[in-house]
Amino acid sequence: MKTLTNRFERVKYIAVKNSIYLILGVIFIISSLLNENFLTVLNLRNVLRQISVITILAFGETLLIIAGMIDLSVGAVFAVAGILSITVFKITGSLLLALIVGILSGVVLNIISGMLVSYFKTPPFIATLALMTIARGFVLLITKGQNIYQIGRFVEFGQGSIGFIPTPVVFMFLMLIVTWYILNHTRLGRAIYAIGGNEEAAMASGIQVAKTKFIVYVINGAFVGLAGVLFMSRVNAGLPNAGIGFELEALTVAIIGGTSFSGGIGTAAGTLAGGFIVGLLNNIMNLVGVNSYVQQIIKGVIIALAVIFDMAAKNRRARPEE
Amino acid sequence: MSQEIPIIELHNISKKFPGVKALDNMTLSAREGEVHSICGENGAGKSTLMKIINGIYKPDSGEIKIGGEVAKINSPLDAKSYGIAMVYQECAYVPEMTVAESMFVGSLPLNRIGTVDWKYVYEHAQYLLDKEQMIKPSQLPHGIKTKLKDVSLATVQLLEITKAISKDAKIIIMDEPTSSLPNVETELLLEKIIELKKRGKCILYISHKMDEIFKISDTITIFRDGQHITTKPASDLNIDSVVSLMVGRELVNDYPKEKIQIGDIKLNVRDLHKKGVFKNINFNVKAGEIVGFAGLVGAGRTEVALALSGVDPYDDGVVEVDGHQVTIKNVPDSIRNNIAMVSEDRRKYGLVTVRNVRENMALPNLDKFIRNGHLHRKEEIDAVNEKCDSMRIKTPTIETVTKNLSGGNQQKVVLAKWLIRAGSIMILDEPTRGIDVGAKFEIYKLMVSMAKEGKAIVMISSEMPELLGMCDRLYVMHEGEIVKEFDRSEFSQEKIMHYAAGAHNFTRK
Repeated sequence: MKTLTNRFERVKYIAVKNSIYLILGVIFIISSLLNENFLTVLNLRNVLRQISVITILAFGETLLIIAGMIDLSVGAVFAVAGILSITVFKITGSLLLALIVGILSGVVLNIISGMLVSYFKTPPFIATLALMTIARGFVLLITKGQNIYQIGRFVEFGQGSIGFIPTPVVFMFLMLIVTWYILNHTRLGRAIYAIGGNEEAAMASGIQVAKTKFIVYVINGAFVGLAGVLFMSRVNAGLPNAGIGFELEALTVAIIGGTSFSGGIGTAAGTLAGGFIVGLLNNIMNLVGVNSYVQQIIKGVIIALAVIFDMAAKNRRARPEE
Repeated sequence: MSQEIPIIELHNISKKFPGVKALDNMTLSAREGEVHSICGENGAGKSTLMKIINGIYKPDSGEIKIGGEVAKINSPLDAKSYGIAMVYQECAYVPEMTVAESMFVGSLPLNRIGTVDWKYVYEHAQYLLDKEQMIKPSQLPHGIKTKLKDVSLATVQLLEITKAISKDAKIIIMDEPTSSLPNVETELLLEKIIELKKRGKCILYISHKMDEIFKISDTITIFRDGQHITTKPASDLNIDSVVSLMVGRELVNDYPKEKIQIGDIKLNVRDLHKKGVFKNINFNVKAGEIVGFAGLVGAGRTEVALALSGVDPYDDGVVEVDGHQVTIKNVPDSIRNNIAMVSEDRRKYGLVTVRNVRENMALPNLDKFIRNGHLHRKEEIDAVNEKCDSMRIKTPTIETVTKNLSGGNQQKVVLAKWLIRAGSIMILDEPTRGIDVGAKFEIYKLMVSMAKEGKAIVMISSEMPELLGMCDRLYVMHEGEIVKEFDRSEFSQEKIMHYAAGAHNFTRK
């Protein structure tokens, strides 16, 4: 009898701990039943392509949120990176150079956030809010607010495929591996969790807090830069107004994926699952023809439910402090 | 109400948490005008039971009667309406709040136009402070408008107690209220408890400090592993019998002190200074030696520890490790020089409580498991498992989140993380605070085995018996200065207290 209860509790514990993947599975199954066009290779491939940019951004936010920080400048920095990348491509015709410049622009701009947060002790929210405004102004200035068209082979990043898999999806999985590796197998990853969980204890254990925070912004910058290149390539244009509100979408994905806003908790796989959940919901609602305004309402409700569910699961997991 | 009907009765209370039976058919009753102490090791279920009485946890089964009537307590608010007040072990407070505000938090009085009636708040808070006499005016630099961040932790604690008793609670639960109080204030609190008892209050008292328990208790209940062991009048028990009932075995020797060959000076500190915090700090610790730091709370001992570990660096002075002068400006500096510091404040500097045992123990030791930037999980897991076994850390698995461990086991995790490093100088600040007798004894044994390995150990403690029992030498600090050094042969509680309290200043005048 006792072992039976234990086994039941063990199963319950595992289910609660992996609730995000269960939810993803349920959404997947329901979607398959709701619409016959859902469970087709073409559709799922499309969903993957659609979520890749936001999910890459969400990996950056995941690292930041776990370390107790945030990046609000994502959308604006992403636009700068995309525009600069396209400009470089138009001048040089080199895809590789364009990609490198895109990523570097993200890095350079995030160095500003990193400096503000690490060395001037500016709260991340405010530092990146400032950068958001600066970066958006900068991109509108250099483009004079005009879209850039006829970008030629630049579209290969966003629209091309490597084998059967769309290029952005390949990049998304590469970034998943990078994020997973950082969090699980590097000193940096441990420092990120420790700082977000208890900054003072991390410091007292010899973790270099300021340096770590700075590095996390730099990594986030690379993710944002890459995402900017992929996005503008996919839409086949350089759009200086692109990315408005993307920071919130990336945060949504990270939070649905189980990243704790109070810091110290989150995983790369969880964020990927968060990306899938958001992508599948958008997709199935489009397939069954839900009104796009209604879609927004439903998405909001789902975010709230995800967080409530996550909190309830965590509280149930809590044990006495004694 | 007559003396015969207990004011509070608990019948067959059981509470299970995933994987642990915290309380098993617990029964307890207490009358008005009684101080009822509850003793048990950490993890025995004391705090869980108190949280059930206070409505924070719901029992799985059993019932609570207040004044003979079944009480439905589903929240601390319900508990309050039944006249139950609770004073916590580690109280959370808002640093920016004033003393007066904190006394009314949650129920700030409003005036006719619906804004806070500050005049009443200040007047009434002052009245309550004067009436209860828990806090001396000298503890509040700006009187009733002093912000909580400007007073000592002890004062905040006393304020909590004032608040509870001012609400005219009938049943007052105190969960280790003195664990952060200096001796003088502890005495004051104990007197206050006796006075409250005379006023007919029922006090449920949890503490690990046996002398306190015997000073104030009428009745003592002993818990072990979530079960009720016995309830007896205090006069039928003594410290030894309570301790052996708690741990379920006889403790042969209080302190496992051994004679160890003392070697060369490992750590030598000269003229250490930090403006407004400590000055002229001169001391040394030798290999194999346990050196104590005695003093009242606020004497500057913790600050010296924080300075030497690089957490809160010193302004100037000379620090020598193994005869070589070193500079300690940050924690990596101290780690590089083999200095490890176990903080008194486990929650602040000790643990990342949302993370598991493994990650916490590995945190200052990552360089041991990382080669070419890659963290080798297997080696990490082996090192952590080895320490969990050798230190007998009780945790379901090493992947268990540390906030779910008992206080004693949390403390062992903090010690373990610095023992994996195998640093040669250990600064232990209140290493046994808030942990039970059995776990304390294990920590003493660990200290002895560290000394045997030739480590130099600094032990800061507010518990005189453990300093006397464990140290080879000790320094007494008073108001930021070392005022006296004692060798083991000269140890005497009275003399040490004399210097710690600053009494030598008076005799000199």
